[in-house]
Order: sequence, then structure tokens, then C-alpha cells
Amino acid sequence: MSVMTLVKAINNALDIKLNDNKDVVLYGEDVGYEGGVFRVTQGLQQKYGVERVFDSPLAESGIVGTAVGMAVAGMKPVVEMQFSGFAYPAFNQMISHVARMRNRSRGRYTSSMVIRMPYGGGIKALEHHSESMEAIYAHIPGLKVVIPSTPHDAKGLLISAIESEDPVIYMEPKRIYRAVKQEVSEDKFNVEIGKANVVQQGKDVTVVSYGAMMRDTQKALAMAKKAGISVELIDLRTIYPLDVETIAQSIKKTGRIVTVAEAPTSFGIGSEITAIANDEAFLHLEAPPKRVTGFDTIVPLPQGEHHYMPSPEKIYHEIEKTAKF
Amino acid sequence: MFKEYDPLKNKLFNVMDKDGHIVNDKWMPQISDDQTLKAYQQMMFARKADLMTVSYQRQGRIYTYPPNYGQEAIAGGLAQELRENDWVVPAYRELGLWLAKGATLKEVFLYFMGYEDGSRFENATHLLPVSVPIASQLLHATGIGYEVKYHKKDEVVYTFVGDGGTSEGDFHEALNYAAVWKVPVVFVIQNNQYAISFNVKNQTSSQNLAVKSVAYGLKSIQVDGNDFFAMTRVAQEAAKTARENQEPVLIEALTYRKGAHTTSDDPSKYRSKEEEQEWEEKDPMKRLKGYLTGKQLWNDQQEEELDQQYKKEVERQFEEAENYGDYPLEDVFKYQYSEMPDILKKQMYAHQKFLKWKEGQ
Repeated sequence: MSVMTLVKAINNALDIKLNDNKDVVLYGEDVGYEGGVFRVTQGLQQKYGVERVFDSPLAESGIVGTAVGMAVAGMKPVVEMQFSGFAYPAFNQMISHVARMRNRSRGRYTSSMVIRMPYGGGIKALEHHSESMEAIYAHIPGLKVVIPSTPHDAKGLLISAIESEDPVIYMEPKRIYRAVKQEVSEDKFNVEIGKANVVQQGKDVTVVSYGAMMRDTQKALAMAKKAGISVELIDLRTIYPLDVETIAQSIKKTGRIVTVAEAPTSFGIGSEITAIANDEAFLHLEAPPKRVTGFDTIVPLPQGEHHYMPSPEKIYHEIEKTAKF
Repeated sequence: MFKEYDPLKNKLFNVMDKDGHIVNDKWMPQISDDQTLKAYQQMMFARKADLMTVSYQRQGRIYTYPPNYGQEAIAGGLAQELRENDWVVPAYRELGLWLAKGATLKEVFLYFMGYEDGSRFENATHLLPVSVPIASQLLHATGIGYEVKYHKKDEVVYTFVGDGGTSEGDFHEALNYAAVWKVPVVFVIQNNQYAISFNVKNQTSSQNLAVKSVAYGLKSIQVDGNDFFAMTRVAQEAAKTARENQEPVLIEALTYRKGAHTTSDDPSKYRSKEEEQEWEEKDPMKRLKGYLTGKQLWNDQQEEELDQQYKKEVERQFEEAENYGDYPLEDVFKYQYSEMPDILKKQMYAHQKFLKWKEGQ
């Protein structure tokens, strides 16, 4: 065991998979020599050489498009989009090929790869550095979408993602890259893709969140505890495929559901979970399912960002209203 | 000029050596001493503002900022040719051009402090806001070029990209479109040698970046971007080509990013002191100052006085920006659509209601 941040845990997972599978290669902008702008891949080029860990020219479509070719030919590319906001030149490759190769070739070829990208706001960044667009990827049939909220999960999920035969969009909550520390095993272990984590048992309200918002949600839970509200907290860990069973079971138990995300409200993960509440637990509902999210707006530049990001108070307020409904 | 300096010949265009001596009389631009001095002073102001912004960032008074340090002559030269109605379609490292276009330093500060209001450019005509996604803006410039041609306007569109951006698909699409449409767009590559940590030598196998224009069929030149006179002359020729022939031009301006990629970056991780020193010799301000002092048009004492004056001016505008005030909730919502949809209004009202509840706690 050693104390790891998210950055360290991701680096450790990459190290383990580079070591045990010679077909794993790592590339993207600044990931090689510099070790990434967030130092996530630091030291890996030195350890595994420039043929396996390298800087790509500045072209995201190039990064993902070539990864499709590598994957088709049997390699296992793990590529980085420097920020999720700059992934869109590669979006054509993702939606048109990465997500489709298996189905198109009737399983003969796959584009099994991991596309890592830091995402999310609250870091007082320039434009395009704060968005939380996981719903876009979750909406594309053929992609799996994973978002860890702890160093332990970051490591186990990334190892599973690299071992997965399907393409995985692995989104990293950069706001908590170094903010969360945890004892994590240095050995190889997996966290299963598709399984949510019931972080805390409770009986009054189910709260579902993921990524960096887990921290704010836990602060809200401390407030709820003081107010005598018993909350069951679920960390999704995988956005797609959603763990319908765990979510539905919890809603059946509490009859109340609040979802928390920093993405825009409409057509988001919370909307999908609300639909699960309707489909799977309609007769158990004691209150309307509630979404706590950002707005349907561009994430404001730093001076306005506090308006946008759901605060622990706002999360608590909605938990309280839902509990008392 | 474009023939003599055909990028296939891999010949760098310059006019002035590193000490400010004119070494290429044939292509020395027509420019008066007064105008040269004024240009130098504008470049001084841009550099002063840039360096002070980095130190403001270090003090935590401004957020992430991409320094322009060392690249002042590119804007300095182009500004000599820039007319009020010409367009500037920037990336994010063109401080000198924004100022030349009429953006105020206060607006620049506001933007990097995190107010979208800094992109209003109240006194500037035809200046677009910063475009962060690499190379995407080049296509916008090409579209503007289409409008200029369509309405038979006498305008030139200047647009900017870094060396790394030449690898993006949008760069290639923009060059092709501009050449096919024959629109008056001047594409400027600020080749400052690095895309964050990635050296341009690894970015491409082309012998230079200007040569990428050849296949698309537009004129281009590789110019010493730290040479004010070379930049000025290239700007004149490019503007003439665009304005008179309705033809796009690609300029590769060779320079060096003396600062970091942004204030979040640490260049000591990926480049050597020797390399930095080598470029220090070619610093654009030092060279132009060498020229001016050689002709007795400028001296150290004048420079010191003006530097102090500029320092005060930068401080004044920074303080104005710092006192800009609160960012109202409505400003998050009101510019999203021409009319705010009900669903958005509902979200705003719900948040206001929450804020009231919070006040009561």
C-alpha cells in the first residue's frame, strides 16, 4: 500500500499495464518527454522507451484515428486528449469508427482502446477547460464511459479499461487530481466496469453522483446528517453501461432520488437516472426525482464560475427538499 | 519576393542582423524613422504589459495567461500594414495585434481575470475574441474572406496559428479553401519552436512550415519573425497580394517563445539554457533598439523614462480591471441565445430561489 493521489494512481495503472502487455502503447500531446501537462504520464517514457510512450503531433483526430488502426491490427493504444474540451477534432473518429468497428465488421475487428481525458470545472481555467460533457459520449452506442472519484477506483477502473475488449472513454476529474489522497495497493487489481459503488447506506434519500462532484456531495451529506436525514450515497464509477440494478434497488429502498453532476441539466446523466427511477421503481417513489447540476449554459469564465458549479449547500438544499417532500 | 524566397528553396527572409544592421537593402521596407520609432515604442508597451501580466499572475491577481515575450516583432511589423477595417482573427498569443486593433489592455486583463466582458473590444473594429481550440479559427478567417470578396470590400483578413497548429486538419482545410476560393486572407504562423513541450522539429517532416502552402497553391514565405523590418516588408507584400489580387498568403514567422506556453507551464523541463541563450541574441526588441540607437534616434535614458511611463499606464489599466466588480448571475444566461428560452429562465429563477434560501440560513 502507498498513499496515492488520482494522478499517481492513474500513472501506477498505466505503469502496470505497460509492464504486463507489450502491445500497450501510450501517446498524445506532451505525454511522452514531459509526462503530460498534468504529469499523469511522468516517468513512463523514461521507463518504457519512445516507441511505447510518445508525443504525437498536435492533432487529436490523428491521435484517435491512428489508434483505431493500431487497435484493428491488434495493439492496445491508450491515448490522451489533453483536455476534454480539445477532443472534438477527434469526435468524428470516435463516433464514426471507434464506436462502430466491432459492429461494422461483425466482431471481426475491434477498436479496443482507452481514450483518457481530463474534464470538469472548478479550477478557474480558460475557456474550453471546464466542461463536463460525459453525456455526449454516453449517448454513443459502442462506447463505454468511466469516471473515477477516488485514487483506488481510478487505478482499478483504468486497469479494467485497458483490459476491456471494448473502447473506453476514461474521463479524469482534474479538479481532484491532487486533492484526494488514499492508501492504494501497488499491486494490480481491477474495479469492474459497469458496477456502481454504494459508498454509504441510508434509508431516507438516495443520492447518486460521480467524479469531482462526489466531494461536494459528501460535504452536503455531512449537512444532511446534522439535519437527521439518512442518505444512501452511490458513486456511479461507470457512466455507460449504467448499473441499473444498484440504482433501482436503492431507489426502491428509499423512495427518493437526487442526482448530482456538474454538467448541464438537460439530457444529462441525472435525466437518465430519473428515467431509471420511472422505469424500475415508479411505484416506490415518494418524491419527484431531482437533478442538481450546472445550467444549460457555457461554463462561465472564472469570475462567474461559482454561479454555475453546484455547491454543497445547493446539493444539501435539494436533498432536504426531497426528504421533506 | 514570393518567388525569390520560395519556401521550396528553404531560404529565410530577413533584412536586419542580430545587432540591428541592415543586411538586405533590396527588401528594406519604405518606412520613416518616426514610424519605426513609434513601432518600437508600441512593441515596448506590449512587452511591458506582457511581463507585468505574468508577474500579476504570480501574485494571484490574474488567472492563466499565455505570454507573448519574445514574439513582439510579428505584431509590430504586421501592425504597420493593418488598416482599421482589416480583420484580425486571433488564436491566443497576439497581444500586440489586439492592441494595434484597438483593444484596451484593460479588456485583455478582464478576459484573463475571467470576465467574458473582456472580449467585447468596445473600441476595436473587426477583431474577433480569443480562439483557444487550435487552428479552428483559420477557417473562420477564410469565411470572413469570402464575405469581403462577396461584398467587394477593401479589407484584408489576418489570422494566426502556432507551429503546432499546422498539424491540425483545420489548418489544411483553411489553406485549401482560401486558395480555392481566392480570398484575401493572410495566414500567419507564429513559429515559436514549441507546442507546449513539443519541438517543431518533431511536429513535422517538412523542411519548413511555409512549404505546406505549395500543395494548396498559395503564395508563402518563411520570414525572420524577430526582424521588425522583415516582418514589415512581408506584411506589405502580403497585404498587397491579398488586397489587389484577392489571393491568400501564408507567412511563417520564425520566432521564439521566451516565456512559458502559459503561466501553468515550466519550459525548463523541456528546453536547454543554451538554446534560450542562442535565441536571446536574436531578441526582436534588442535588434530594433540596436538599429534605432545606431541612428541616434533612441537612447537608454529615453527608454528608461518611457518604461516608467508604460509601467504606470499598465498599472492604471490593471487596477481598473481589478475593480471591475461582481459578475451577475444573469450574465451566465443572457448571451446563450438571442432570446432566453423558458427552460433556461426556469433554471435561472430556481437558482435565484436557492440563493434566497441560502441567505436566510
